[in-house]
Amino acid sequence: MRILVVEDDKDVAGFVVRGLKEVGFVVDHADNGRDGLFLAASESYDAIILDRMLPGGIDGLRVLETIRGQKNSVPVLILSALGEVDDRVKGLKAGGDDYLTKPFAFAELLARVEALARRGKGESPVTKLVVDDLELDLLSRQVKRAGQKIDLQPREFRLLEFLMRHDGQVVTRTMLLEGVWDYHFDPQTNVIDVHVSRLRQKVDKPFPTPLIHTVRNAGYMLRAEPA
Amino acid sequence: MSVDQATRHKTWLRYLPVRLPYAFRSTGVRFSALFAALLAATAAVLAVFLWWSTAGLLDRQTEAAIHADALNLSERWASGGLPGLVLTIEDRLAQNVDDDAIYLLADPSMREVAGNLPQWPQGITDNGGWYELPIERAGLSTLARVERFDLPGGYHLLIGRDVRVRAQLRGLLTEALLWAGLLVAGMASVGALVVRGLFHSTITKVAATASAIAGGNFAERVPLSGRGDEFDQLSETINVMLDRIARLMDGVRQVSNSIAHDLRTPITRARTRLEDAALHAKTEPELHAAIERAIADLDDISAVFQALLRIAEIEAGSRRSAFGQLDLRKLLDGVVELYEAVAEEKSVALTLDAPELLPGYGDRELIQQAVANLVDNAVKFAPPGSAVRVVAEATPTGARITVTDQGAGIPDADRSRATERFFRGDAARNTPGSGLGLSLVQAVAQLHGGSLTLEDAHPGFAAVLALSSREEA
Repeated sequence: MRILVVEDDKDVAGFVVRGLKEVGFVVDHADNGRDGLFLAASESYDAIILDRMLPGGIDGLRVLETIRGQKNSVPVLILSALGEVDDRVKGLKAGGDDYLTKPFAFAELLARVEALARRGKGESPVTKLVVDDLELDLLSRQVKRAGQKIDLQPREFRLLEFLMRHDGQVVTRTMLLEGVWDYHFDPQTNVIDVHVSRLRQKVDKPFPTPLIHTVRNAGYMLRAEPA
Repeated sequence: MSVDQATRHKTWLRYLPVRLPYAFRSTGVRFSALFAALLAATAAVLAVFLWWSTAGLLDRQTEAAIHADALNLSERWASGGLPGLVLTIEDRLAQNVDDDAIYLLADPSMREVAGNLPQWPQGITDNGGWYELPIERAGLSTLARVERFDLPGGYHLLIGRDVRVRAQLRGLLTEALLWAGLLVAGMASVGALVVRGLFHSTITKVAATASAIAGGNFAERVPLSGRGDEFDQLSETINVMLDRIARLMDGVRQVSNSIAHDLRTPITRARTRLEDAALHAKTEPELHAAIERAIADLDDISAVFQALLRIAEIEAGSRRSAFGQLDLRKLLDGVVELYEAVAEEKSVALTLDAPELLPGYGDRELIQQAVANLVDNAVKFAPPGSAVRVVAEATPTGARITVTDQGAGIPDADRSRATERFFRGDAARNTPGSGLGLSLVQAVAQLHGGSLTLEDAHPGFAAVLALSSREEA
């Protein structure tokens, strides 16, 4: 996968680029808006990580607006310094697909970039999600594992749906909070863990092999084979 | 006055054609001068009107009488010729009861033919001209208003009236108006002084308050006269502004104090851990563990910063743009659903009691977070086996959301401080949290024109979040 990182802070950029290369991505880096825009227009990327504050007169939002103006729908993750809450809304309005405030954990960034890059692949609308012997029917809203029906609460259903749509990917707690509950703040108590553990009780406990795995310091992953 | 202000003041003065005399640079003096001028102008208009309606009226009456006479006499001349005219004039003079009529008929060489003037007065030359002249009549000198007519055959006729009475009236009026003018001038001066004094005293109060505040005494407020007039309204507005400024300043002071005290602790801890690891860690796992703990510490610090920024942002009111109609019932369902699992794990019964239809107005995300904070707190402090109740109801102005737990509650002494940033009660010392939760709830409540009230639930603790659903809240 090819990723473009547009970030002027040397330390952050170096850290992100190194981390992404370590997991096997091909990474280009631009340290200002002009170069970033040039690369985004001339090359083809699976996702762009774009800092909001960039030197040289062209800031992140301008870059993003220009990219979108060229009918380029490459997934863009906006990085922004800790600041106004409204920033997120502005970034998403300008055409951003996801938003992450600094400081961030690399695991969080990676999980989001992977999710974005896969979304960019343009999945066709599905009516049924299948992972190993777990089946989730989006139309009848039924869940079966190894042919056995599992009863889920509506929110548990959406949690499982989210995990299954990102199967094989790390999904962080904030991603779940945003994607399943539409909450954009950090609850002090780890409410997500409790919900996931309840889901595990129903989806994994009665069966020999677990599907929902905890990824240390990052989040969860739903996956057929334990790694 | 700061240097900047002084310069601006001078710049403004430069545009004036002439530098005003010192006294007129006072607004009070200018206002009072204006008042006096207005009073004088009114008096002058009144005097002119009075003059016109008395002396002027008499003049106009005299002129009308003379004209009527002239018309009459010219008819006589036409029908009876010279003898007829002489006869008529003599008749008129004999019948003139008031003894104010003046006639003089003169032949071409200006000698008297008939009338009551001894000779043709000097300077009366124009036919149809009006003259006002002193005359000598019956041994008395008096004032007459006459009109001259030239008759065919070289005869001249003078018709007039004695206007001595009018002259006397004019003198009387002039005197009266002079006195009135003096009186007006006196009144204007006194009035001006009163206006100036009133102005001065009010402005002085505002100025005194302003300079007291500039000098650092923020408790000072503009005193009100209690009359509820414009000055009182101005003073009240200024006081409201000062209250707001004081609150903001308090907030800033509180935050900087809190940052100094409360963020220093985790920063010190993170630093110590890193330094300790750098100096003493023997193995790589030990080093990793220390670094990870330090990262966790730093994450906590940035979470605190984020919370502080968010509260500051909410208090600044900049999130009002995100306001809209919202379904509070749905929002509460979501929050309760989110925390139900945690509560259940602690054997705490979390229940929601709200009407099916509970509309609200505001920022969905913020209200969500505020309610989540209250529920989070309640669940955190609820003892196992107890209940946490979320009760919502519509009020005339909006909605009221009450979150009650059966925990230890907050001691009375701490309750008023519970919403202060970083405040943590003794019971909360050993639980995770930043001490910013209730501050945020309060900020959200205020942004929504509502309030946060903390009550004793006997036993336990009840937080009442009132929200206004008025759009102008």
